[in-house]
Amino acid sequence: MTLIAMWEAVCRLFGVPSYIIPAPSAIWKETSALPGNVAWHTLVTGKTVLLGFLVSLLISLPLAVLLTSSRLVAGAIYPLLVLTQAIPKVALAPILVVVLGTSELPRVVVTFLVAFFPLVLSIAAGLVSVPPDLIELGRACRANRWTELWRIRLPYAVPFIFSGLKAAIALAVVGAVVAEFVNADAGLGYLIQTSTAFFKVQLAWGALIILSIMGILLFQIVVAIERIFFPWSPGIDTPTV
Amino acid sequence: MRNGTTHRPLTHLSSRSEFNGVIEIENLSKHFVSRDRDRVEALTDVSISIRRNEFVCLVGPSGCGKSTLLRLVGGLLPASQGRVMIDGTLVAEPRAETGIVFQSPTLLPWASVLDNVLFPLKMMKRVTAESPGRAKSLLKLVGLEGFEGKYPRELSGGMQMRTGICRALMHDPDILLMDEPFGSLDALTREELTLQLMRIWREQPKTVLFVTHSIPESVMLADRVVVLSARPGRIVEIVPVDVPRPRKFGMEALDDFQRAARRIRQLIFGVEGNTIH
Repeated sequence: MTLIAMWEAVCRLFGVPSYIIPAPSAIWKETSALPGNVAWHTLVTGKTVLLGFLVSLLISLPLAVLLTSSRLVAGAIYPLLVLTQAIPKVALAPILVVVLGTSELPRVVVTFLVAFFPLVLSIAAGLVSVPPDLIELGRACRANRWTELWRIRLPYAVPFIFSGLKAAIALAVVGAVVAEFVNADAGLGYLIQTSTAFFKVQLAWGALIILSIMGILLFQIVVAIERIFFPWSPGIDTPTV
Repeated sequence: MRNGTTHRPLTHLSSRSEFNGVIEIENLSKHFVSRDRDRVEALTDVSISIRRNEFVCLVGPSGCGKSTLLRLVGGLLPASQGRVMIDGTLVAEPRAETGIVFQSPTLLPWASVLDNVLFPLKMMKRVTAESPGRAKSLLKLVGLEGFEGKYPRELSGGMQMRTGICRALMHDPDILLMDEPFGSLDALTREELTLQLMRIWREQPKTVLFVTHSIPESVMLADRVVVLSARPGRIVEIVPVDVPRPRKFGMEALDDFQRAARRIRQLIFGVEGNTIH
């Protein structure tokens, strides 16, 4: 609150031109002028973020299991994973549009590509960091590989999985906006692009602020899910508030 | 044992036949190959027969292969030479009727005390309608009544160990393997758990192989103490303990106790009268 007040005061006192940094009041005025319109763009972006995030989770889980299952498989998959991260997603996005068409699909794919990597790495880290004691306990209980994975490794990895999910949800917002810059007719990324093109800087700032709030909210939802459904998880990377 | 007689024997919880739990260890050797291709001899030519419902302690300097021997009997490690037979069957993989208590409590942090105790049954798909009731009576036996719903991190080290012991007893094994289970506990908890273990063993007899590096603990618990030499571990001597049962603390002063403890100390340190243990 104080921050916003200071921002407003500085803008007014020094007469900062609105195309450099608009005052919060001006941003609010422009953004709330068309509430239905902005809400629509927010929903569109939110959908891309969530879809990309879900796809990331659904693909990262089995991928991490594969990565940790054998050295041979890891050796085959790992370079490919690194390759997907080496490709600049901003450059890949227009190519994906040509390949996949101008639908939601390329946006979800870009979001996934931006978000999934840290998730795979943290899940894999969780799966291999199970203490040897617990693995031995599983063997003493005659566990096969599948029950060992399901009853020991995966539960043990839950705090790690959530650590990855927190990184992934933040990156998913980035990915969705990148995708919208390249190919979209709606969404907050699209809104920023079109409004700056028409010099409506206040609206672009408004969209930026909504994106930040969306990022924070989604992150907090992931944190809340961990707290509610996995209360025993130490929440290794979230400070207790 | 003050409260020993107030507990009803748990024989009604036992369903196994009368002739199980005989361990035959024949010329057992185990070596490991380390990363730099060095061959490390852990155990050399160990042979011993353990009777049904006998309590045997393994004592020796650290690194003498006590834990390795336990893991070989548990089927968690393959033998390099020789073999382990249980009731005439070769041990090639972990056996359902063997319970293992590890050095650390090794509890699942995401499961309640009750679910931890039920874990082996769940893994072996042997949970029945009576299982939770049996788990609760076991927890009661070790003084953990009312803690069924707690998570491991809410328990003290001693309570975690008790949970681990209940888990090993849950499927009523005829053989119990214990790897320095009380090693990390304070002296008082240790004495208490020793008494509880003796009571459980008396009420639900089973063959116990118990690794420790405490000489008094081994004499207090065991029918026979197997003394192993430093690496590579081999049996130096098997010391019989003639202290009458039921045992209790205070019996350390008995001649039989002293004689056995002195003999073990002598075998390990090679000097008589060494008081450090």
